[in-house]
Amino acid sequence: MAVIQVKRKSLTLMERTYLPQILGAMKTTLGYLLGPAETMEYPEQRPAIPPGYRGVPTLIKDPNGREKCVSCQLCEFVCPPKAIRITPGSVKPGAGIDQVEKAPQAFDIDMLRCIYCGLCEEVCPEEAIFLQNQYSMSGYSRAEMVNHKDRLYELGGTLPDSHFKWEVKKAAEEASGGHH
Amino acid sequence: MSNFFFGLPSLVQALLKGVVVIAIVFPVAAACSMAERKVCAWIQRRPGPNRTIPPMLTWIPGIGIIQRLGLFQLAADGGKFLFKEEPLPDHVNKLYYTLAPVIAMVPAFTTLTVVPFGAYLGSGGSLVPIVLANVDVGILAVFAVASLGIYSLILAGWASNSKYPFLGGVRASAQLISYELSMTLAVLPIFLWINEPGSTGSLSLTRVVEFQSGTWASGGGEWFLFTMPVSALIFAIALFAETNRQPFDMPESESDLVGGFHTEYGAFKWSLFFVAEYANMIVGSAVFALLFLGGWNLLPWVPLASMVGWLHHATGWGIWLHPLAVGLISIAIFVGKILTTLFVFMWVRWTVPRFRYDQVMKIGWQKLLPLSIANLVAYAIGIAILQK
Repeated sequence: MAVIQVKRKSLTLMERTYLPQILGAMKTTLGYLLGPAETMEYPEQRPAIPPGYRGVPTLIKDPNGREKCVSCQLCEFVCPPKAIRITPGSVKPGAGIDQVEKAPQAFDIDMLRCIYCGLCEEVCPEEAIFLQNQYSMSGYSRAEMVNHKDRLYELGGTLPDSHFKWEVKKAAEEASGGHH
Repeated sequence: MSNFFFGLPSLVQALLKGVVVIAIVFPVAAACSMAERKVCAWIQRRPGPNRTIPPMLTWIPGIGIIQRLGLFQLAADGGKFLFKEEPLPDHVNKLYYTLAPVIAMVPAFTTLTVVPFGAYLGSGGSLVPIVLANVDVGILAVFAVASLGIYSLILAGWASNSKYPFLGGVRASAQLISYELSMTLAVLPIFLWINEPGSTGSLSLTRVVEFQSGTWASGGGEWFLFTMPVSALIFAIALFAETNRQPFDMPESESDLVGGFHTEYGAFKWSLFFVAEYANMIVGSAVFALLFLGGWNLLPWVPLASMVGWLHHATGWGIWLHPLAVGLISIAIFVGKILTTLFVFMWVRWTVPRFRYDQVMKIGWQKLLPLSIANLVAYAIGIAILQK
C-alpha cells in the first residue's frame, strides 16, 4: 500500500492576514445577493409535484362516475397506524354498480394518524384509493382533520382506468351464460 | 423663517438642531435593523420580510414596493417593542439594569455632535461645515465619548446577575480596550500630516476633509485611503471590533453566550441596545468617511466647490451655488458614503464567521497593535522628511 505523504503547505503572509479569503468570500456572497432568491413564496407559488408523489389519500370514481370502492376493508386492515375506518353497507339498487355486493356506508381517514405510507393504495384490489397531490392539510379541530367519505371523493375526483375490471367481469359472465 | 431661527437664543438653536439630528438618526438606526435583515436574506437567497402591510393601505398603487422592502414590518416591530410588556427579572440589579440601555444611547448620540455632515460655501468661497458643534478637538471628542459606550455593555452584563451576560460584558470590555489602542494609533498619522509645523494645530474632522478637498492641479485632494492604506485598513478592522460587529461580535456571540450582554433584556430596552449599536455604526462609518474617504467630496481630486462650479457651468443655473443647494448636495454625498459603509458592515457580517475569543485578542494585541505602531513610526519619519 502506497502511502502518499502530503506535506501541509504553510500559509503565505497574505493568507495569514485572512484578507484575500475574506474578499473572496465577499465576492461569493455578493453574487448570491444579486442573484435570484432560491425560496418559493409559498401560498402564491406552489412547488411542482413530481409523479408518484404520496399526498393525502383519496377515494376515486371510475370514468363512468361509479364508486370504485367495494368496501373490502383490506386498506383498513393493512393501515399501519389504523387511520382508516370503514363501515360497509349494501349497494343501493339502481346505482349502476350491480356487479358488486358492497359499498362503503362510511369511509373515514383520520389524517392525524395517517403516515402517508401508501400501503392502502398498494393493497386495494379495486384501485379505488390513491395518494394524490394534495400535501397541505389543516383544520381547527381534531374532528376537522378526519376526512369523511364525501370529502375523500371530492379530493379524489375521477382518474382514468385502464382495466375496466367490472365491464370485463360482466362480459365474461354474459359469455359464460351464468354466474361465474 | 430663517430670521426667526437665527433670532432665537443660541442654546435653543443648538437644542433644535440636536433634536432634528436625533430625529433623523434614530429612525435611520432603527431602519438599519431592517436593512440588516434584508441584506442577510438576500445573501442567503431569501426574499426577507416582505408580507406586512396595513390592510387599509393596500389600495394605493405602487405601495407593494414598500411592502416588499419590509418597511411596514419595521414599523410593526417598533410598535411591538414599544407596547409589549417590559420584563424586569427578579435577580437583576434594578437600577443598573434599567440604566444600561440608556447609557448605551447617550454616547452613541453624543458623538454625533462633533461629526460634520456636509458643508456649504460661505461668503468669500470659504467652506463652512454643517455640524452641531464645530469643535477643534473633533476626533478626540469622538474617541473619548465613543469609548464610554462600553460602560453600557459592562453595566448590562454585570447588572443582569447571570453568567452569560456577565461573560459578554467581560469580553466586551477586553475587546474594546484592545482595539481602541490600534484605532487611535491608526489615525494619528493623518493628524500629523495635516498639522504642518507652523500651522495652528487642530484635531477637527472638518480640517481633515478640507485637506482632502483639493484638485489635481493644486497638488492635493488625494483621499487618505490612497495615501495611508494601512491606516485605513487598521481603522476599518478596529471599527468592526469597536462596534461589536461580525467577525468580532464577542459580546453577543449568540452561539456560545445565548445573547451575551443583552440575554436578560427584552422589549424596548433590548431594542435600545440595537438602536445604539446601529447609531455607533453610523458614527463609525461617518468618521471613516471623513478620515479616509474624503468626507463630502464626490470623487478624489474633485472637491465639492469644483463640482458645484461644474454643475453651474454645465446647466447655467445659479441655484447650484446657493448655500442651501451646496449644503444638500454635500449632505447627500456624505450620507451616500455612510450608507455604502454600513452596507459593507452588513455584507461582511453575513459573509465571515466569528473569530474565536483568543483569536480576537491575538489579532488585537499581537498583529494590529504592532502594525499600527510601525505604521505610525514610518509615517512620522516620512512626514518629518516631507514637511521639513
